[in-house]
Amino acid sequence: MTDKDPQSSAPAAAPAPKRLRPPQSVLDARPEHSAQSPLSVHAMTVAYRRKPVLWDVDLDVEPRTLTAIIGPNGAGKSTFIKACLNLVPRATGDVEFWGMPFRKARSRVGYMPQRETVDWDFPVTALDVACMGRYRKIGWCRPVSRSHRDAAMACLDRVGMADYADRQISQLSGGQQQRVFLARALAQEAELYFMDEPFAGVDASTERAIVRVLRDLRERGSTVICVHHDLQTVEAYFDNAVLINMRIVASGPVSEVFTPDNLHRTYGGRLTLLDQASEAVARASRGRG
Amino acid sequence: MTTSELVEVLLLQGGRNTTLVVMGTTLLGVAAGLVGVFGLLRRRSLMADTLSHAALPGIAGAFLVISAFGMPRSLGVLLLGATVAGVLGVLAVQGLTRYTRLREDAAMGIVLSVFFGVGIVMLSVIQNRPGAGQAGLKSFIYGQTAAMSPTDAVSIGVVAVFCLIATLLLQKEFVAVCFQDEHARSLGWPVGVLDLAMMALVVVVTVVGLQSVGVILIVAMLIIPPAAARLWTDRVSAMLWISALIGGMSGYTGACVSALFPRKPAGSVIVLCAGALFLLSLLLAPRRGVLGELLRRIAGRVRMATDHALESLYEREIGVDASPPRRGVLLERLMALRGLVVLGPSGPGLTEKGRERGARLRRNHLLWEQYLISHADVAPSHVDWSVDQVEHVLSEDLVSQLERALASRGVSPPTPAEGGR
Repeated sequence: MTDKDPQSSAPAAAPAPKRLRPPQSVLDARPEHSAQSPLSVHAMTVAYRRKPVLWDVDLDVEPRTLTAIIGPNGAGKSTFIKACLNLVPRATGDVEFWGMPFRKARSRVGYMPQRETVDWDFPVTALDVACMGRYRKIGWCRPVSRSHRDAAMACLDRVGMADYADRQISQLSGGQQQRVFLARALAQEAELYFMDEPFAGVDASTERAIVRVLRDLRERGSTVICVHHDLQTVEAYFDNAVLINMRIVASGPVSEVFTPDNLHRTYGGRLTLLDQASEAVARASRGRG
Repeated sequence: MTTSELVEVLLLQGGRNTTLVVMGTTLLGVAAGLVGVFGLLRRRSLMADTLSHAALPGIAGAFLVISAFGMPRSLGVLLLGATVAGVLGVLAVQGLTRYTRLREDAAMGIVLSVFFGVGIVMLSVIQNRPGAGQAGLKSFIYGQTAAMSPTDAVSIGVVAVFCLIATLLLQKEFVAVCFQDEHARSLGWPVGVLDLAMMALVVVVTVVGLQSVGVILIVAMLIIPPAAARLWTDRVSAMLWISALIGGMSGYTGACVSALFPRKPAGSVIVLCAGALFLLSLLLAPRRGVLGELLRRIAGRVRMATDHALESLYEREIGVDASPPRRGVLLERLMALRGLVVLGPSGPGLTEKGRERGARLRRNHLLWEQYLISHADVAPSHVDWSVDQVEHVLSEDLVSQLERALASRGVSPPTPAEGGR
């Protein structure tokens, strides 16, 4: 029995990495994880059924900024968010929030998923959904107390939905549903928010309301990372942009990153504006042939 | 059966045993109604079907084991077999969906039918064994409340109370997982554990219900009451209570009826009661019911027809419309009843109230028309058709917005008295 003990403890003492880690030289070449940075991603690779979706992603997000994640469909934008939040498994890489793993930083991180992922006929009201943002604060097995309900109500008010608090969610328009989702995220009182396409399919007034809330969040010291699809509004709404297509093409302040060259590298042949000219040429040559 | 017998049973005075059975089945309905709500909301209702069908070989297997060892037949062991086989069935479904390209529906169909087939074969084996007899195993297929012993009824009661407490305590957590599991996971709820807890509740209810309702139909107790409850309310908490109520009522009436006709399979009687309650809900539920919808449609039609009639009456009064009026006796009576018109020999004439309404409608009509022409680039000749649809739904708020929009383009809002058609 006694000679078995050192054997059984030996594998635990030896460095037995569960996850595949990038070579030490690669890690050394990269900046240290910063306790200041709300999100720092190192050498993250994600694969679905062995097909890589994200490849070797490195990113440090500045605090108190609004960052847009931009890229074509299937570029891995949503996957990036989900991999950061441990919702899909990472093949390699580290994600740290203020220098801590997600487990420890969870209460400071909010997530607003895409609107389509929910059955909107679900029997809850707008206020019920907003209250869900506070469920974690309320804790196990306790009902939603008055003060939490009031806090959720205040969040609905911030997105201009206080008048619709008692509506069942299927009776809301697409934009209103999105605002309810935003209210739920606000109710979490997080310092870092991940939002997946908050502007997708919303009306103009909702878009204005969301932008107002995002700026307000930045004023209050929060950091927001949005998957964004509308290239027209990136410069107006966001401080930083991350161009992504399986790997990070460019990241930094919008004014520096948002160049035709970078966009072309991100979207390849799919960016219509840039490709109109070449398409016209191709048509003309086909016509001649 | 006499009337007094019926009353006796309904008032739980049909003897101690009958009373226990009725109470047990009622509680089973309550528990199934509560637990089923989350199955429905999580869209896992049919998982209970797999579970119950897969339980049959477990029951038969347990019986074979018991008789092989010469032990007395005990319900506990049979239900243990049912639980093991049922859980195996559910695991088989999850394995098939995870490791093959089969979708869940196909996987459930395969597992459910294969397990059930195995169970039937085993039952026939048991039947052919000399001396063993089926010992009431058939009751597990179709259900037989008469086979319920006082102990069974008590254990059902315990399960019902357990389900009640669990749903009350974990309602918030279950709702979060059912609504959006991904978000719940990001918040740090252990979604897998909560799913397992919901599943465990379903297992418990299914297993204790097997004897009285039967493996084929127990799933109905988990689906029909919540589906009916959903018709009555838009809140989860209310849905839980209504579902429990409907489940309890079906269990109660079903058990009473089968106490009076002991040879009828109790499972089908209980399910038929639940089905009847569902049908009633479908018809009568205020917002989602068929009758309510019908009434709302009729009311909408009447309102639209009234609006058209008032508008055209008003237009004839101010002389912009000289075409002969379209008459409808019923509609005119209705309008007269509401004080919008007075009926004269030459047709209806507007009252003050009717005139006011007609003027407002005409103004909305013109407003919308102008808006379409000036803002939406609709050709004037095409405007009228869409206007007729929209003018009825313009709210005060929208009207003032339209006025502002038009004013900002330098178009003066129309007054109802001016011409324009």
